[in-house]
Amino acid sequence: MSTPETAAPARRDKNIFAALELDTRLLGMVGAFILLCLAFNVMTDGRFLTPRNIFNLTIQTVSVAIMATGMVFVIVTRHIDLSVGSLLATCSAVMAMTQTSILPDMMGLGLGHPLIPWLTIAAGLITGIVIGAFHGFLVGYMMIPAFIVTLGGLLVWRNVAWYLTNGQTIGPLDQTFQYFGGTNGTLGTDLSWIVAVIAVLATVYGLWQARRSKQSHDFKVKPAWAEVTLGVIAGAAILGFIAILNSYDIPSRRLARMFENRGETMPEGFTAAYGLPISVLLLIAVAIFMTLLARRTRLGRYIFATGGNPDAAELSGINTKMLTVKIFALMGALCAISAIVASARLTNHSNDIGTLDELRVIAAAVIGGTALSGGIGTIHGAILGALIMQSLQSGMAMVGVDAPLQNIVVGIVLVLAVLIDIIYRKRTGAK
Amino acid sequence: MTTPLVDMRNISISFGGVRAVDDVSIDLHAGEVVGLLGHNGAGKSTLIKILSGAYRKDSGQIFVNGKEVTINSPRDARDQNIETIYQTLALADNLDAASNLFLGRELTTPLGFVDDAKMEAETRKIMARLNPNFKKLSEPVSALSGGQRQSVAIARAVYFNAKILIMDEPTAALGVHETKMVAELIDELKKQGLGIFLISHDTHEMMELCDRVSVMKNGQLVDTVRVEDVTEDDILGMIILGKKPSKAA
Ligand SMILES: Nc1ncnc2c1ncn2[C@@H]1O[C@H](COP(=O)(O)OP(=O)(O)OP(=O)(O)O)[C@@H](O)[C@H]1O
Ligand SMILES: [Mg+2]
Repeated sequence: MSTPETAAPARRDKNIFAALELDTRLLGMVGAFILLCLAFNVMTDGRFLTPRNIFNLTIQTVSVAIMATGMVFVIVTRHIDLSVGSLLATCSAVMAMTQTSILPDMMGLGLGHPLIPWLTIAAGLITGIVIGAFHGFLVGYMMIPAFIVTLGGLLVWRNVAWYLTNGQTIGPLDQTFQYFGGTNGTLGTDLSWIVAVIAVLATVYGLWQARRSKQSHDFKVKPAWAEVTLGVIAGAAILGFIAILNSYDIPSRRLARMFENRGETMPEGFTAAYGLPISVLLLIAVAIFMTLLARRTRLGRYIFATGGNPDAAELSGINTKMLTVKIFALMGALCAISAIVASARLTNHSNDIGTLDELRVIAAAVIGGTALSGGIGTIHGAILGALIMQSLQSGMAMVGVDAPLQNIVVGIVLVLAVLIDIIYRKRTGAK
Repeated sequence: MTTPLVDMRNISISFGGVRAVDDVSIDLHAGEVVGLLGHNGAGKSTLIKILSGAYRKDSGQIFVNGKEVTINSPRDARDQNIETIYQTLALADNLDAASNLFLGRELTTPLGFVDDAKMEAETRKIMARLNPNFKKLSEPVSALSGGQRQSVAIARAVYFNAKILIMDEPTAALGVHETKMVAELIDELKKQGLGIFLISHDTHEMMELCDRVSVMKNGQLVDTVRVEDVTEDDILGMIILGKKPSKAA
């Protein structure tokens, strides 16, 4: 390692990326993602980057992305969770039964009661948290390796879901509940713009706040132009994304049906766009929550410290056993949230819901830069990882790649991503 | 005779069949430095880890300021104002110096979020005192040299106003200059009335820094002597042969 004195001038020689202080690894991923999208767009004669496909891609990614944020914490603490797909199925089964039979019939609320979706969600969250905490207890206190506990969980919860529902598809789900699925619940143009403006303002405020906090402690800050550039890029990305979603019109037949359902007839020539799906808003909320947890709370600090050096964490007075319970409980809660999104998107609970999701979720976290050796990983990386995985899969399907070949490619990409990561870390000297 | 700051009586602990510490009694007074000497595997680290809460003793008693205390976890030890620099340093390599310094005791904003800026500023202040050359504040400690890492571990033990300080080979990775700074630090802390357990293999250094030294061999205490009563050769004899120095000599 160079001494600080020699490192300082070298820093100035670096390119503008250094001034922007962006994570080069993240930049690499964004670059790869953009290349991937452009390549698919060419191969599909421009069908890949249409508002319609971007909209679909986004809502297809949400469920895996939500779970991937939790998987980051699990992997950072050197554990693994193979049971998330099965846990999602159990949560989905519990919620499907709660909203279609338990609450309306057994509790006598009747179908369509306004409380049903919320009580259902509460039931799902409790299911996920309790099962997750139980996994965490077995791992943290009973010292059973997480690989074994969750491998068992993979079999157990998949089939508990089967027993609960007798393997049957349960639906249709509650109308309000379906809002969380994507297509059936979008904000529409105006609300989407409002959300976009709020997001831009929040970003600018965040950047400014961080700069002010640094200055108040006399720390070095980025040059002002770099800060402004960052703000402009972020703002443009947010507004651009919303503009795309707002330009995808709801098909007129579907619109007409929506009017019919309300007992009205659609005016001639009426059009409306989907706008931001509620499920995506939910993902954004989860991402913000998890990022704050990781970076700004003691719990997050302890998660990363434990991943970096479990003994040191213990000697610092951190209760690493309880921490494990909390991490798996959080993972369970996120599985429940994903179950809401996934079943709402299908408008029913099906027996095979979430099958193989554990692999997609782990792959998303790992492609997103979470190191299996522990201590390293980011929430936004995992979400980007999920997006890359989903784009790869949808893109190949659109191009018409054979199903077996699709999986072969995804497998190779996963291994390559980790290899590139290892080489990158060696080069930059990071762990 | 004043009540000792720390009094460890008849401490024993075994790992499997091995008696790592066997019926050892040592004490420490305020403003005193007590050295622990002994060959590799003598049980020095194990003994002080019992005091720091990393291990639970099998038998024996610990008194702090004359009152018996139970220390079952590192937290219990911290509650008694006992701070430790471990031989392994116990740093989370993926976190920066400030996060390590405040690990388990983060400074928070009024909203309950960790206050990284404040912690970094505090770290800067204390590092300026301990190791003025230390500049790598925002890098993970895995990117630091062995000596720099040791400085972080020392800073962590000193920052929180310990009354009892345990230093397990604190200068093992330090350069001549940095070692001298630690020696000065030990003197300064001693003047402030701290009690310090110091472990080192450097008998010469120990003769200079310590008021008393306790020598261990194979888990047992050979003897505790005042440094002015013995020669370096006497101590070497205790370490190697496990013999008490003959008073006549
Ligand atoms: N966690 C443990 N499990 C099993 N045996 C242990 C453990 N910790 C220490 N020991 C054993 O206890 C004995 C004393 O070890 P200890 O680390 O206290 O020695 P030490 O005096 O600090 O040596 P050194 O000078 O090399 O640091 C050794 O025989 C060691 O193998
Ligand atoms: Mg030792």
